[in-house]
Amino acid sequence: MSNTKNNNTAAGDYLAFEGDVADIDRQINELTKLSSAKGIDYSAEIYALQKEQVAQLKQIYSNLSAWQTVQVARHPKRPLLDDYLNLMVNDFHELHGDRCFGNDRAMVAGLGSIGTEKVMIIGHRKGKSTKEKIACNFGCANPEGYRKAFAKMQFAAKYNIPIVTFIDTPGAHPGIEAEQRGQAQAIAVNLLEMSILPVPIICIVIGEGGSGGALGIGVGDRLAMLEFAYYSVISPEGCAAILWRDGSQAAQAADALKLTSKDLLKLGLIDSVIPEPLGGAHRNIHDTIDNVEKFAVRTLRELKRIGTENLLKMRYEKLRRLGEPIAVKLSRKTAPAKRRIKAAIETMGKKTKSSSAKTST
Amino acid sequence: MAKTAKSKWNGFSLKPRKDVPEGLWLRCPGCEQMVYKSSVEQNLNVCPRCDYHFRINAKTRIKYLADEDTFEEILPDLRSHDPLDFRYNDSEYKDRLKADEKKSGSAEAIKIGKAFIKGRQIVLAVMEPEFLMGSMGYVVGEKFTVAVELATSEALPFVAVCCSGGARMHEGVVSLGQMAKTSAVLARYDKAGGLYIPILTDPTTGGVTASFAMLGDCIIAEPGALIGFAGPRTIAETIKVELPDGFQTSEFLLEHGFIDMIIHRKDLRSEVARLIDYCKK
Ligand SMILES: [Zn+2]
Repeated sequence: MSNTKNNNTAAGDYLAFEGDVADIDRQINELTKLSSAKGIDYSAEIYALQKEQVAQLKQIYSNLSAWQTVQVARHPKRPLLDDYLNLMVNDFHELHGDRCFGNDRAMVAGLGSIGTEKVMIIGHRKGKSTKEKIACNFGCANPEGYRKAFAKMQFAAKYNIPIVTFIDTPGAHPGIEAEQRGQAQAIAVNLLEMSILPVPIICIVIGEGGSGGALGIGVGDRLAMLEFAYYSVISPEGCAAILWRDGSQAAQAADALKLTSKDLLKLGLIDSVIPEPLGGAHRNIHDTIDNVEKFAVRTLRELKRIGTENLLKMRYEKLRRLGEPIAVKLSRKTAPAKRRIKAAIETMGKKTKSSSAKTST
Repeated sequence: MAKTAKSKWNGFSLKPRKDVPEGLWLRCPGCEQMVYKSSVEQNLNVCPRCDYHFRINAKTRIKYLADEDTFEEILPDLRSHDPLDFRYNDSEYKDRLKADEKKSGSAEAIKIGKAFIKGRQIVLAVMEPEFLMGSMGYVVGEKFTVAVELATSEALPFVAVCCSGGARMHEGVVSLGQMAKTSAVLARYDKAGGLYIPILTDPTTGGVTASFAMLGDCIIAEPGALIGFAGPRTIAETIKVELPDGFQTSEFLLEHGFIDMIIHRKDLRSEVARLIDYCKK
């Protein structure tokens, strides 16, 4: 009872940088045992320890490095799609199959409601037990998963049902059969179609946002991340193996890639950060999911108020500006797109002429 | 124009090539024979023995594909702003950008502009393998998008020669975002009725394949090009299985239904011109 805050973390679930927190837990456990065995009241000591532990967690989690964030995002006890389906989606009915090849278990789709809002849920399923994990391919979807996602999104669009996607994947599956069945094509089609789908689309990275596999269900009107989720063009290990020629330099790579919610928000690449409870989502699944639910309901209401034409216009503008340098952002406010292109062509035309003149002399 | 003369044209430059040093040989990766370098270069950088298509830079590609001196480049000076201030292993991305600009003579990994192919006006985008392996960061995404916007506003066909290692890691999620951006602008171009012909060349992988390379009305590939989502090494390491012969080649993609046709380099001009004529409204 004294320890409900940590009831989701068994002794083995501490991350390497949580040594002090684990120590305090061990002390609390010993005191609890001792007090029940010998009948001595240690509640004051336990309370003090708990207070210290909270301070420790605050200290650690307010200064997480990028690599530590990746570890939190991959924590074995971190809430997964199924936790969200159980705790925040009412009346969820899963819809299977891509109508073409099969039913990818790494990708889940289905109708349900969040609060009073009817939605189509799309998300990666990683699986909890070893058996489930294998069946779900650890959340690495195949082309049929991306095609299923799109098929169900089209279904939702037909009946004007908004879409909420839950992103949690190390990446799209790299395999012989995935290539044979067109992994790249399946993702590309989703990117194109999601940019014009005439219903609100909210995308939430709840754990791992692994590259094209994440983006394949990650194009929409709003892109949010849980505080300690990560979103990256390549895994830190993969990046380290290529640029550092040493996969063990993943911590440095994670830092360089700016893959945390904080950095991505600062860079204007995501719209919102959904806060996690003290010590990360795995320490309090209910509060985490409650935060996500509040965000989803609020955003759904906000987007539903916008007419379809405007919604698509705004979505396109958002995509069109992705990664834009600040200088361009400012100039865009003053010059409409067409004029800008025309001006660019004219000036560049002059420049090429003068540079070709230079080379001829 | 006489029909025979048209079909015999194969893009050979008739001008003397002074820049090729005499007596240089190279080993062809296709037939593993030593071939005379100038005989390869005069054959559109295709091995005269086995038809192996050598990788070529953007400048050479434009020379082979567009009518002589018709390519008008747009935004040649757009450079990466290094959005992440990316440093790695005692190196800086900024330095790599400068080095590759020097090496390739190109300020970024794509060239865009208006051009003519056999007298048909098009908007052309050509990726530059000599600049960070043709990878897509902000500038590649932006220039591609501007090219599509231009093709839309002027109602021109759009041809993109893809050659890329994928999304550029040095720009992180900015690169990933370009996949979404280029796909979104293609959706608009498609709605406007624009004809988009991607030409996939060796190599076309990763985020470029998983976005604009696969979104053409008619997808052409050069023979024997490596085309895929995950790199072959990544796949081999992940699933620990030997990859089958011919895996992820143009021929493999054709067999599995993901490209429309495989066209020899010497026939690309006539095939693109033919498609444009067929799709004229
Ligand atoms: Zn050869």
